[in-house]
Amino acid sequence: MSGNADIYHEMIVDYSRNPTNYGKLEGHDVIFHDSNPLCGDSIDIAMKIDDNKVTDIKFDGKGCAICMACSSVLTEITKGKSLDEVRKIEKNDILGELGLEHLQAVRIKCALLSLKVLKSALYIYLAKHLDDSEDTDKLKEDAANLY
Amino acid sequence: MQSTQSTFENLRKDFPILKRTVRDNKRLVYLDNASTTQKPNQVIDSITDYYRNYNSNIHRAVYALAEEATEAYEATRDKIATFINVKDRQEIIFVRGTTEAINLVAYAWGRSNIKEGDIIVTTEYEHHSNIVPWQLLTQEKGAKLEYIGMGDNGELILDDLDKYLATGKVKLVTFSLMSNVLGTITDADKIIEKCEAAGVLTLIDAAQAVPHMKVDIEKLGCDFFAFSGHKMLGPTGIGVLWVRKSVLETMNPFHGGGDMIREVHKYETTWNDLPYKFEAGTPNIADVVGFGSAIDYLTKIGMDNVREHEVELTKYAIEKLSEVKGIHIYGTKDITKRGGVISFNFADVHPHDVAQIIDGEGIAVRSGHHCAQVLMERLDVAATSRASFYIYNTKEDVDALVNSLNKVAKVFKL
Repeated sequence: MSGNADIYHEMIVDYSRNPTNYGKLEGHDVIFHDSNPLCGDSIDIAMKIDDNKVTDIKFDGKGCAICMACSSVLTEITKGKSLDEVRKIEKNDILGELGLEHLQAVRIKCALLSLKVLKSALYIYLAKHLDDSEDTDKLKEDAANLY
Repeated sequence: MQSTQSTFENLRKDFPILKRTVRDNKRLVYLDNASTTQKPNQVIDSITDYYRNYNSNIHRAVYALAEEATEAYEATRDKIATFINVKDRQEIIFVRGTTEAINLVAYAWGRSNIKEGDIIVTTEYEHHSNIVPWQLLTQEKGAKLEYIGMGDNGELILDDLDKYLATGKVKLVTFSLMSNVLGTITDADKIIEKCEAAGVLTLIDAAQAVPHMKVDIEKLGCDFFAFSGHKMLGPTGIGVLWVRKSVLETMNPFHGGGDMIREVHKYETTWNDLPYKFEAGTPNIADVVGFGSAIDYLTKIGMDNVREHEVELTKYAIEKLSEVKGIHIYGTKDITKRGGVISFNFADVHPHDVAQIIDGEGIAVRSGHHCAQVLMERLDVAATSRASFYIYNTKEDVDALVNSLNKVAKVFKL
């Protein structure tokens, strides 16, 4: 089990100091906010969507190093992808990128909060712009069952 | 002092958990006592003794076991009465903990005494358990919840209270005797004096105070008083609500069921005597017994000695932590006005990351909002790290905490 200081490798610490795609996104098409009641991590994700493609994405808020690093990686992965591709992003895409596959249970919520926010934002966007309610229900369920 | 010092060193052997190691054979340094404390053998043994030797229900059967169980259960009530100086044991109600105690008051007193337009006053440094029940009540009744603000020194701004009392609409002022985040000891005498003059009832959340200092209900003069067993060496799931009898007698029951009744008929019921009217159902007998042993344990040490030990430790910890570059300690530096709770932040490192890294060194501290998000907003931080002490902590524990912060500094290149 990767318990302690060893999860804080260079990349995580760097991201926590210099998160990518961080800040407010003017003129976004969708924005969503959620927080982790356990530790107070609080994340907004805003996206610009054009022709079913994420043309820009930013996250904002406060979080621990794990949360900030994972949010950075998630926004990097998401930018430029089609909505279909974004829907297929899984938790291991983020955790794997940062070597956090074995993160212990109490910290997994820090790592996956931004993915939950992203999926929720996408759900809200699709619910507004698509008629396929079965699809959006599935997405809503995906977001709810992330961890 | 010499003998007191050795008392505190010797008592560590009573706590089996302190002998264990964590994370790669590191000595456990337990500094999350504001959350819950460890239990001595005396408490653990008294609980197993009940289950092994006289387990039975109380207040009903006439056989030997039931008599022994009832005696042990009621003996704890008497021990509590002595411990916090309550003259009338009928005023002491067993509940699950401070949270349930406050909810009981909000429900059984609040629902019949709070009306539209009334004001309940709490403070900015309350635990969620002394905020949310009042939000629920005031929202239901169309009443208002107001806050006594906190100054930058971590002390309450009591002028705020005057302002609210002057409206004539305040029905209850509710406050913690010691902040669970900052350790600030509230000037209860002053608050109660103001409230008495205005004919307003007072509730004290003493979850953080009773475990750490001598508390005298007679002297305090409040109307409601709540605390938990598990923060003072006792088991989880047991706590106390004390209510002044003149108020308690006017209150409706909280839960309906067995033991709280005198006579039940198809369509009406009469209530049992105090305090049983408020103890419906089979109570947490084993843990009441265990709680009694915890009070015996603390009584033997003496609460003034407990306080002295913690003052010494807190002074040392503030001094040592202040030497670490980048540490910011919240709350008052005046040691006479604070208990053994130290909330801090370390440079720009998130408290969760601090806690996780030092956990690798065997140090258990709390990180997060400590169930005090209103206070976190006031401090303008998302979270803090918090070290909190109890009787078994030592200066070596403080040194271990300070040393472990070097590791955080190294990882985060501070």
